Amino acid sequence: MQFEFLLEQVVNGLVLGGYYLLIALGLSLIFSVGGIVNLAHGAFYALGAYVCVELTKRLGFGASVVISPFAVALLGILFERFILRRFYTADPILSLLVTFGLAMVAEQAIRMIWGAAPVSTEIPQSFRGSVIVGDFLFSRYRLLILAVVAAILLGIWLLLQKTSFGRVVRAGIQKPDMVAALGIRLQPYMTAIVMLGVGMAALGGAFFAPITTVHPAMGAEIMTIAFVVVVIGGLGSFWGVVISALLVGVVRGIAIHFEPAAGEASVYILMFLVLLVRPRGLLGERIEKFE
Amino acid sequence: MIRYPRRTVLRAGAALVGASAFGFPAIVRAQAERIRIGHLTPLTGFLGVIGSYAQLGVKLAAEEINASGGILGKQVDLLSEDSINPATAATKAQRMLEQDGAVVLLGEISSASSLTIMQVAERNKKVFFSTGARSDALRGKNCNKYSFHCDIPNTVMVNAVGTALSQRGMVKGKKFFTLTADYIFGHDLLKAAKAFFSTHDANLIGDELIATDATDFSPYLLKVRQAKPDVVCCNLAGNQVTNLVKQYAEFGLPYPLVGFNLNTGDAWAAGAGNLSGTWPTVWYHTLANPASQAFVAAFSKKYGKPPENHAWIDYITLKLLAEAINTTKSTDSNELIAYFEKQSQFDIMKARKAYFRGWDHQLVQEAYPFTVKPKDQMKDQWDMLVLGDAVPVANDPLETIYPTREQNPCEMKA
Repeated sequence: MQFEFLLEQVVNGLVLGGYYLLIALGLSLIFSVGGIVNLAHGAFYALGAYVCVELTKRLGFGASVVISPFAVALLGILFERFILRRFYTADPILSLLVTFGLAMVAEQAIRMIWGAAPVSTEIPQSFRGSVIVGDFLFSRYRLLILAVVAAILLGIWLLLQKTSFGRVVRAGIQKPDMVAALGIRLQPYMTAIVMLGVGMAALGGAFFAPITTVHPAMGAEIMTIAFVVVVIGGLGSFWGVVISALLVGVVRGIAIHFEPAAGEASVYILMFLVLLVRPRGLLGERIEKFE
Repeated sequence: MIRYPRRTVLRAGAALVGASAFGFPAIVRAQAERIRIGHLTPLTGFLGVIGSYAQLGVKLAAEEINASGGILGKQVDLLSEDSINPATAATKAQRMLEQDGAVVLLGEISSASSLTIMQVAERNKKVFFSTGARSDALRGKNCNKYSFHCDIPNTVMVNAVGTALSQRGMVKGKKFFTLTADYIFGHDLLKAAKAFFSTHDANLIGDELIATDATDFSPYLLKVRQAKPDVVCCNLAGNQVTNLVKQYAEFGLPYPLVGFNLNTGDAWAAGAGNLSGTWPTVWYHTLANPASQAFVAAFSKKYGKPPENHAWIDYITLKLLAEAINTTKSTDSNELIAYFEKQSQFDIMKARKAYFRGWDHQLVQEAYPFTVKPKDQMKDQWDMLVLGDAVPVANDPLETIYPTREQNPCEMKA
């Protein structure tokens, strides 16, 4: 029985890891392509949640959870075109400062528009409750999230590996000068990657709006765990981030099974151990490659 | 494209994220012939939401006091800042007393931060009103002469909800599973809960300590299901309560969820349709008495939303402090302490007047259990709660729900 309970925590951890992946993968993608650590990534996550709550009042939850990431991705175009683009070749300190500043501006803007008190929304009745598969209990809603994350992951992998778009992006990551010499402008590709990255963060926010507190500082909150995932996986590594997100979820679940009070600390201990043994992160040796 | 070493990028990133953890001190304005009062409350972190209500409440009180001529004919100069964490709270409290010339301090919600401010108050021999902290230990073994406690302590919350649950047959012989915030407040609340369970023949079959930065409760909910309790009891605080309530509704576990601590701000954040069960509160904006309704009207007019219980408690605390200073004609801490220790009575917008108990400085007042209104009966998004009868019942002395002198190990040093 004890072992089954542990296994249940492991499976639940994988589900949670899938959700971390939504935020961490975009962060990693933007770094790979643009060389920028986007500290404003959490702001897009928060915006995704707020836009979803706002739209739910008019369109219902189902439509909102789809529209909100697209709306935020459109905002991502402006973000890339007018802010990020100026910093691809600049000193990284500048891009860190500007994205950090933007994160604060976004948080205050949310506070001005929606107020400091949290806003709330709820899951549609049909997605409430849990399903029992074998001996394991799953939240019906989180299974839906997991399915969507898996589909997105497959989609991104196919996009990067099997399309001409992906080839240009991968080439641009490795040899941007060569791509330019071949007469290909990388900028539209950058815009697309930023849209994809912030759109995924917004989807994460929209999905979690009904089950966590939607408040102005939620973006700053999620950044810590997103960074932990990216650092463990190796910044810029596609599969590294995937494995790391799942690992972080599972380690947290196992820690809570044995020593509940250590649940939140466990992921930082994991990060510490990984960095001690492998400072580049799990799959960080092929840094800046999406293979 | 020029690439910078990854380490440089990461190091700078870590430095920036780290820097954001420190607050920036407010710029101090020097003003003569004013009474300066220091207010600290968490505006960020898991208590930040309810803390921002506290700040709105105390500001409204200061404005009203100034509009009616101030205290002893002087305008009140309120310094209100984010207390951030226990260490920063103590540093800011010391600065307010030492450099800014604050004559008294008030505020706080976190029991951990309140404890450090209490120590600063004692060292500086200045009065501090701990408005929103609920840990029994603050008015128990950690009590000191300079600290006064306005909110109901954990024991009272446990008694208020426990009594309501008992009446519904949900205590005797039942198996409880508790989820507890892993800091002084949670530990203290669990202790009070355990005392209640053992005197009422209930069994505690499991307890999980949860770090205050946890936002996902799914692993804990699995453990709840594995334990198969009769009642699940939430001993969390701040937006963790909101998160738990939402995720409990998400998982749809069959065991009733109750809690010994809930602030209305967190109930509102959970939203209609997610919250259920029986909880305690110290005040709610639908309380039907003229003083309370006048406050609700003034607050709603100014801020466009009704006040939360922390807005109320910081508001009434500054008001009763002004009353005390006007009566004693002094801002001297020792004179104020003497005045409050006489158990002077104050109108705090409840049916019965309240007073600070002389020997432990606890504000003795009514409390209320509440249940949740069905969604279709709510007038607006804030009209969520149905207040139960005030505890203690009308003819019992107020002190019956508070820890007695035998139960409370407070020894005030002279």
